[in-house]
Amino acid sequence: MSPFASVSLYELAHSRSGDKGNRSNLSVIARRPEFYPLLARLLTVERVEKHFAHRRPTAVMRYDLPKLAAFNFVLDDLLEGGVNASLGLDGHGKTLSFHLLGLRLELDAEAQAVLAAVAAPSPVSPVPEDLSA
Amino acid sequence: MAGKDVMIGCAAGFARDRKDSAPALIAALAEHDGPRFLVYEMLAERTLANAQNERRRTPEAGYIATFEPMLRPYLKACVAVGVRVIGNFGAANPRAAARLVAQWAAEDGLDGLRIACVEGDDLLGRVDAATLAATETGTPILASHPEVLSVNVYLGAGPIAAALDQGADVVITGRIADPALALGPLIHAFGWADDDWDRLAAGVLAGHLLECGPQVTGGYFADPGVKDVPGMESLGYPLVRVAPNGSFELTKPAGTGGLVDLRSVKEQILYEIHDPAAYVTPDVVLDMTDVELAQIGPNRVRVAKARGKPRPDQLKATVCIDGGLLAEAGISYAGINAEARARLAVQTIRDRMARLAPGLLLRADIVGLVSVFGDTAGEALAGRHAVDPSPDLRVMFAAEVATAEAGRLLLEEVEALYVAGPAGGGGVRGSLTPRLKNTACLLPRSLAEPKVSLIGAEV
Repeated sequence: MSPFASVSLYELAHSRSGDKGNRSNLSVIARRPEFYPLLARLLTVERVEKHFAHRRPTAVMRYDLPKLAAFNFVLDDLLEGGVNASLGLDGHGKTLSFHLLGLRLELDAEAQAVLAAVAAPSPVSPVPEDLSA
Repeated sequence: MAGKDVMIGCAAGFARDRKDSAPALIAALAEHDGPRFLVYEMLAERTLANAQNERRRTPEAGYIATFEPMLRPYLKACVAVGVRVIGNFGAANPRAAARLVAQWAAEDGLDGLRIACVEGDDLLGRVDAATLAATETGTPILASHPEVLSVNVYLGAGPIAAALDQGADVVITGRIADPALALGPLIHAFGWADDDWDRLAAGVLAGHLLECGPQVTGGYFADPGVKDVPGMESLGYPLVRVAPNGSFELTKPAGTGGLVDLRSVKEQILYEIHDPAAYVTPDVVLDMTDVELAQIGPNRVRVAKARGKPRPDQLKATVCIDGGLLAEAGISYAGINAEARARLAVQTIRDRMARLAPGLLLRADIVGLVSVFGDTAGEALAGRHAVDPSPDLRVMFAAEVATAEAGRLLLEEVEALYVAGPAGGGGVRGSLTPRLKNTACLLPRSLAEPKVSLIGAEV
């Protein structure tokens, strides 16, 4: 079995959460541009909705930003009232970006090929583009 | 001057931000050949409602008091190198904050400092409850809570630009769209027309990236081993250098910690965003879907191709109502069978509160890794000192209550676990915190009448 049969979203992306009232937004930023199409295919609204089912979002939206190799997920009514009304410690939902990054993605053959190519030493660009600063 | 780039630094991203960010920013701004500004974004929605309450109790209060240690020690340096300051720390009382700065100017030898305040965002008493309830967005709460504590519209960049046009060295606002703190000086310096949508959108994007201070320069970003950030102790705060066409570079002062790269900028671009094609502000609707980023040097990212669409006809207002009290209390259990004892504590409190306060909505969390078994130096947390492998758990309770008396009921019950709960509980803490709730309405633009006043050092 391929070592890439399934990975956590954390392996492919980073994320930051923001809040407006009872609405949460979670960015998902591909660690490498080549992960973007893979995420666009696998990280569906339905998949994210299921991952947060215990918080009962009333609507989940995904906005695609191909030029940034990123997505913006907006989850309505996720924050149990938001920072002014939630009884939880983290009323802003600031920690929820790391809950999202724990989501496990089952990889199809195409996605496994992308990950295998990235894992192999590349003679051209050993440093991820985003780290070249 | 019109052809020169404008440089803007941001010294604060919230009211209780760090206090020592300004000197490095001022030093960097001093090196810049062109107009230069320092902005302070300090006004969250609840901060403003609290400020309104303070002003009701004390007429000269109602601004964000923490702006003194953030600004006063550095004001002389700003004046010396021609850095003009814009901040929304005026909160519920920009005029009082302006008078305070005038007083510092007199005391600190800054004669002739020109201070402006922007008013007109406060609409409390000018919009009736029925109108507010009818224009509310999101889950409605105003119909059942007609007693509002504050109503403030988000003003745009126009009044800030006007104050700078009139020669103000320091511009103090109340509720204003956060990105307007940067867009205002750009309109002033470049003379952008109020329907030059793409340039206005670029200014909003610059302001959006600045407004949370170090969140774009490596703060709230570090994830050791994956996203490492050098120099966390001395994070640099952000600077933008904006060209007359609106494209800009984002960077931070030389010699500071933190980082500016594509990842840190992308995280902040999408922070608190809904539809990236329609980020609505009073001045323009920003479309960031075509934005292009490029790393052009160490800690330098170029941001281009923001697009703008016409501004909305309505202005967003933030409305606060009384939100009762939050009652919180906790207790720790550690060592053998701690989880069972913690769970028993939860059940005991649930049962007792069900009898004492039927219908109370009560939340219980059990938090834990290493805390009460740890040590001040962090040896246990670092794994250099073995502690009992059983979990170290903390039980937290929270309830929303209408009176302090009702809140104390829960706190006293949790404290009583010392004698009347499971074995070995310690470290009880409890607090009652007054809270506010807020919502938003869309109101006709004509309701807002922004006003700019210059308050000289002669006051």
